[in-house]
Amino acid sequence: MRISRRRVGAVLRKELRDLRRSGNVVYAMVVLPLVFLIQPVIQVFAIPSSGSSALHHEHTLVYMLAVPALVPAALAAYSIVGERVQGTLEPLLSTPVQQKELVLGKALAVFVPSVAVAYAVFALFIAIVELFAAPGVASAIVQVPDVVAQVVFTPLLVVWSIWVGMAISARSSDLRTAGQVSILASLPTVAVTSLIAFNVIPADLRVALAFGIGLLVLDRLGWRAATAVFDRERLITSTK
Amino acid sequence: MALADGPVHDGPALSVRSLTKRFGDRVAYREVSFEVGRGEVFGFLGPNGAGKTTTVRTLGTLIAPSSGEATVAGLELTPENGVAIRRRIAIMPESPGLYLRLSVQDNLACFADLYEIPDPPDRIRRTLEAVGLADRSHDACGGLSKGLRQRVSLARALLGDPEVLFLDEPTSGLDPAATRDVHRLIEDLRRRGVTVFLTTHRLEEAEQLCDRVAILNTTLLTIGRPDELRDRLFRRTLTVRTATALADPDAVFGPVRGVTRWRPEGPATYVLEASDLSVAAPAATRALVAADADVLSLTESHHSLEDVYLQLVDMRDGESPA
Repeated sequence: MRISRRRVGAVLRKELRDLRRSGNVVYAMVVLPLVFLIQPVIQVFAIPSSGSSALHHEHTLVYMLAVPALVPAALAAYSIVGERVQGTLEPLLSTPVQQKELVLGKALAVFVPSVAVAYAVFALFIAIVELFAAPGVASAIVQVPDVVAQVVFTPLLVVWSIWVGMAISARSSDLRTAGQVSILASLPTVAVTSLIAFNVIPADLRVALAFGIGLLVLDRLGWRAATAVFDRERLITSTK
Repeated sequence: MALADGPVHDGPALSVRSLTKRFGDRVAYREVSFEVGRGEVFGFLGPNGAGKTTTVRTLGTLIAPSSGEATVAGLELTPENGVAIRRRIAIMPESPGLYLRLSVQDNLACFADLYEIPDPPDRIRRTLEAVGLADRSHDACGGLSKGLRQRVSLARALLGDPEVLFLDEPTSGLDPAATRDVHRLIEDLRRRGVTVFLTTHRLEEAEQLCDRVAILNTTLLTIGRPDELRDRLFRRTLTVRTATALADPDAVFGPVRGVTRWRPEGPATYVLEASDLSVAAPAATRALVAADADVLSLTESHHSLEDVYLQLVDMRDGESPA
């Protein structure tokens, strides 16, 4: 059966309107990435221009990939259990909306703000570095391959994090538990990006390709898994 | 209003045949069979845990039956027909389930799009007028009273112009005035020819609104018009009160046509069991007048749907092993 863009749009608009009015969720979404800015910003200001050569062996920008891995987790974790707690899930599932449309609408509603926040934080960091860091430090940090990696991997990481969060949300009955488990489930991805950032895993083209292909495969599998867990009976009764 | 999609069918609105739902070892309902005619207001009664909501969810394609068959709004209840069935029906759950941070308008706009309704603003306006909320469309749902939220929930259910509307405890927790408003809306739906499947604990509500009722307690205990069920379970009786005791009541009531037995109930009160009240009541009146009795009242003993319900549920509980 074809996917209705109108129904996907309805879910997307509803989610975004609801998100806009959810002060706590927006606050958490903005504050968490800013926390990730603290360490690299301190590093930028602590290093004198003479010490910039050491930075060539690190990939500080890649460290920022933790943001797209973590930000969607909390939002996606809210997507189903939030409806369940509010009592809105059953009316929603009683409409002609199909599982794929519901998943797509909800995923887009997390994807759009998460990617926007991740890119905004990244841009803010680059702006801080370019404006305030010593000239040698700025050129050592802002390396073109790292910027490309950030741009390419951000949406892939967001998508993966969304599927994980939504799958956890579909299985949860408590908001806080869903949020905490989702954040925990995102940590392995954060660990991988951190290992690359600190050169424990060499940041070369082969690693980048393997990481990219791996994420694409995971995202594809995640889509299938997410649509499967959105089974109506499972969501309503939690017994199937 | 016309259906949003597909032709209107000729058969019953709902046809359920030997439907059973199990969750593991637990049976939610078993071997349930009934039909609901188009335009009928059908009451579905039963104690907590009887399987009423699970039945509604099954017919609403939210959960799959373990066995049995059904047609809903003319379509076979199969996973393939899920979307088509949901286009033709609406479920109003016990809890309104509104997005409280969104306005009434935004809530309805979302559902109008989910049902792919043409010209949503016009449909939303008309639906809000129908439930008396036209002037509250921009209010946040979280700021509405419980009664008003219930009305928004009903408006949402009516948006898709459903052929069959499932109302699950629509007046649960409402005050009398809000309950009366919901009853009026249901009466209005009946006039518009919408089939209403009403699950309720409020027996007076079912008696007032429903053409027929079914009583479920895991299995279907009975089904019929409320007066039919009363007749089936209780003998129809006349209670006669006179100013003074009759000298020879047997001579007065014995020959009365339609009266099968009589018994005294107090010094000047008599209960007459009748096979047909329309024959027995006038005949008893004539006999009392002929006997020169000072009649204070002659009334039909009334058994409510509640009496029927309690009788059936108690019988069932008595049969069940402890």
